[in-house]
Amino acid sequence: MASVKMPQLGESITEGTISKWLKQPGDQVKKYEGLVEIITDKVNAEVPAPLAGILKEIKVKEGATVTVGTEIAIIEESVGATAAPGPPPSREIRELQSAFNAPEAVTPAPATGQSSEGRTRLSPAVRALIEEHRISDAELARIEGSGIGGRISKKDVEDFVAKRTQPAAANGEQRQTAPPPAAPPAATPGTTIPLSPMRRAIAANMLKSKQTIPHAWTVAEVDMTNVVRFRQKAKDGFKLREGIDLTFVPIIIKAVVEGLKDVPVLNASWGEQGVVLHKDINIGVAVSVDDGLIVPVVHQADRMSISGLAKAIDDLAKRARAGKLGIPDVQGGTFTVNNPGTFGTILSYSIIAPPQAGILAMDAIVKRPVVVEGDAIAVRSMMNLCLSFDHRVLDGVSAARFLQGVRRWLEGFSEQVPLY
Amino acid sequence: MAVKTVIEAIREGMDEEMARDPSVFLIGEDVGNRGGVFLASDGLFKKYGELRVIDSPLAESCIVGVAIGAAVNGMKPIAEIQFADFIAPAMNQIIEEAARFSYRTAGDFNLPLVIRAPWGGGVHGALYHSQSIEATFGHIPGLKVVVPGTPADAKGLLKAAVRDPDPVLYLEHKRTYRLVKGEVPDGDRVVPIGKADVKRDGKDLSLIAYGLMLTYCLEAAEQLAAEGVSAEVLDLRTIKPIDQAAIVATARKTGKVLVVHEDNRFAGIAAEVMAIIMESAFDALDAPVMRLTGPDVPAMPFNQVLEEAFMPNVDKILAKARELAAY
Repeated sequence: MASVKMPQLGESITEGTISKWLKQPGDQVKKYEGLVEIITDKVNAEVPAPLAGILKEIKVKEGATVTVGTEIAIIEESVGATAAPGPPPSREIRELQSAFNAPEAVTPAPATGQSSEGRTRLSPAVRALIEEHRISDAELARIEGSGIGGRISKKDVEDFVAKRTQPAAANGEQRQTAPPPAAPPAATPGTTIPLSPMRRAIAANMLKSKQTIPHAWTVAEVDMTNVVRFRQKAKDGFKLREGIDLTFVPIIIKAVVEGLKDVPVLNASWGEQGVVLHKDINIGVAVSVDDGLIVPVVHQADRMSISGLAKAIDDLAKRARAGKLGIPDVQGGTFTVNNPGTFGTILSYSIIAPPQAGILAMDAIVKRPVVVEGDAIAVRSMMNLCLSFDHRVLDGVSAARFLQGVRRWLEGFSEQVPLY
Repeated sequence: MAVKTVIEAIREGMDEEMARDPSVFLIGEDVGNRGGVFLASDGLFKKYGELRVIDSPLAESCIVGVAIGAAVNGMKPIAEIQFADFIAPAMNQIIEEAARFSYRTAGDFNLPLVIRAPWGGGVHGALYHSQSIEATFGHIPGLKVVVPGTPADAKGLLKAAVRDPDPVLYLEHKRTYRLVKGEVPDGDRVVPIGKADVKRDGKDLSLIAYGLMLTYCLEAAEQLAAEGVSAEVLDLRTIKPIDQAAIVATARKTGKVLVVHEDNRFAGIAAEVMAIIMESAFDALDAPVMRLTGPDVPAMPFNQVLEEAFMPNVDKILAKARELAAY
C-alpha cells in the first residue's frame, strides 16, 4: 500500500483542490499515468501515479481543498507491475533496506528548534495555531521560542496571539462607540457566481501578496518604434520558418532578462534570513484562460534566444489553454511578465506573485506625437512598462535602473539583434 | 462520606454486594476464617458463612475453574488470586474459557465472573509478589481489566465488576491498600467500567496513569504547580475497554502527554495509549508523547536499591515531566 499525497505545486502553495479524479477505486493504474487533476492558484495540473497498482481508495473528494501533504488516495502496489522494470529486490536487499531505514524511524527527534536544513521545526499543535490565527512568516520570526534549543512551543504562540489581539480589541471598543452607519437602501438581489477552486486560489494568493508584500509601482515610457518596424519586417518569414507568430512578448522578455542580469536584486525573493538572489532567470508569463489565470514559467530564459523564447511561450500558452500544463511548468518562477496591453490598457498595476520580487506589465503600444531629437515632433510607437516591486527587497533606484535598462535595450533594437 | 483506605473500600464493596445479591460469593486462598492475606475479606466469613466465603486449595486453576462453573450456573463468583504473580496456573481457564465464553456461544451465555488480584510492587515483595499483569491480560479480547487507584473508585468499580455480565479482572495495587486514603461516598455508588477520570485539571501537560502511579502523579503534579507548570492528571481506571475519548481529550487539551506505569515497557499500556494519541490527536501535539515505565527485566528484585531502580516514583515522574514541559 502506498499513499498518494497532495503534492507541493509551487513554493508558496500550501493547499490544492481536487478537480477531477481520472481513476476510480478498483482501477488499474500505470506508473506515471494521470491519476488526478489538481487545481491551485497557478495550475490545473495532472498528478501522475507514483507507482503502478490498483487505486484502492480515494480519500479526498472532487472539489475539496486540502493542505499539501494530506493523503488523497491509496494505491495498492501490484507485484507484477513493480517487477516490470527489473527483478524485485531480493529478501536480503529488502531487509538491508529496512534495516537502513529503521534507525530514522526510531531515533527520537532532536530536542532542538532547528532541523538540519536550518528551518524551524514546528510541532503539529504550533502549526495548527499558526494556521488558525493566520500568523505570517514575518510574525513567526518574531516569536521567541522558550522550548529546548529555542523551539517555539504552543504556549509561545498562544502568548504571542494574546498580545497581538489586545490592540485590535481596543479598536473594536472604539468602533462600537461610533454612531451606527445609516442602513443602505435595499438593493435588488443579484446572482452569485459560485467560487471555482481556481477563483478561490487566486483570491487567496492575491490577498496574501497584498497583505505581506509592500508593493511599490513605477512606470517607464518606451519608444517601441524600432521594435515595431523590425517585427513588421520579420514576422512573415518567421511564421513561415517556425510555424508560430512572432509577437512582442518574447522580445520584451529578452529585454527583461537583460535588465535582470544588470539588476540581479530584482530577480530575488524576500526571506527572513536575507534576500535570496536566484541563479536562474525563470520568467512567468501570465496567460488568461476561461475561468481565470495561469502563469506558466519559461525556465532559464537567460539561456534562450528570442526565437527560443517565442517557441517556449507559444508552447506554454497553448498547453495552458488546453489544461495540459505539468507541475514543473508552473514552478520556480523568479519574475513575471504580464501583457494586459493586448486589451488596450495603458497603465497597469499588477500584484506580485509571491515569493517573487517583481512583476512587469506591458501596456498597449500606441502611436503618439513625441518630441524627438532636435525638438521636432514625430509620430512614434510608444508603450508603458509598469513595474510592481517588493520594496522590502529593493528600492526605487534599483527598480528605475532596471526599467531604464529594459527601455534602452528596446529603443536600441535593430536588425543586428540576433533572432536566433 | 467517610475517609477510608483502599482495602476498606474493597471489603465494604464485597460486603455490600454479597448483602444485596445472594448469588455473589467469594472463593480464594485463605479468604475464609483468615480473612485473606491482606484482610480484604476480614469479617465476611463470620457474616456470610462457609458456603459464601470459600477457602480453596492452593490451586489457581481450581479457583478460577470452580468460579467459571458456578457463573455458568447462575452464580456471581468473586475469585481471589492471592497475588497477581500466581495467576499463571489459571491462565488457561481465564483466556481459553472465561474470556471467550460469550463469543463462543454467540452471546447466548454470559460469564459474570470477577477475578480479584493484588498486583504491583514497591512493597519488597520481590520476584513472586510484585508483578504487573495488566498488559498481558489487557491484550485478551473478551476480558475486562480494571485498575482502581483510589478508595472511592475501588469500591465503585468492584460493584460494577460484580454486576457486569462478563468476566472482569479486578486489579488492586497492594501498595495502595493502606497508603491511599480518600473519601468514599455513602450509598450504592457504581463507577462505570471503561470511563477514565480527570483527577486533576491542568493545561500545560497531561500525566496519564492508574493504580499506584496515579498517587505518584498527583504528588508530582502538586510539585509541578509550585514550579509554574500546570499538570492535568488522567486516571485511566479501566485498562480494557480503554477510554479513548478521555485520552484524546486530554492530549488535545494540553498537547503534551506523559504516560506512567510500573509494568514493563515493551508493548505496555503506555504504548497503546501513545498509539491512540498518535492516531487521533497528532495535529494537537506540541511535543513527542513520552512514557515512564518499569524496565524490561524479568521481575522486580528484592534488593531495595534495585527495587527503587525498577519502580517509577515521584522524583522520576518529576524529572520526565520537567523534560516534557521544557520541550
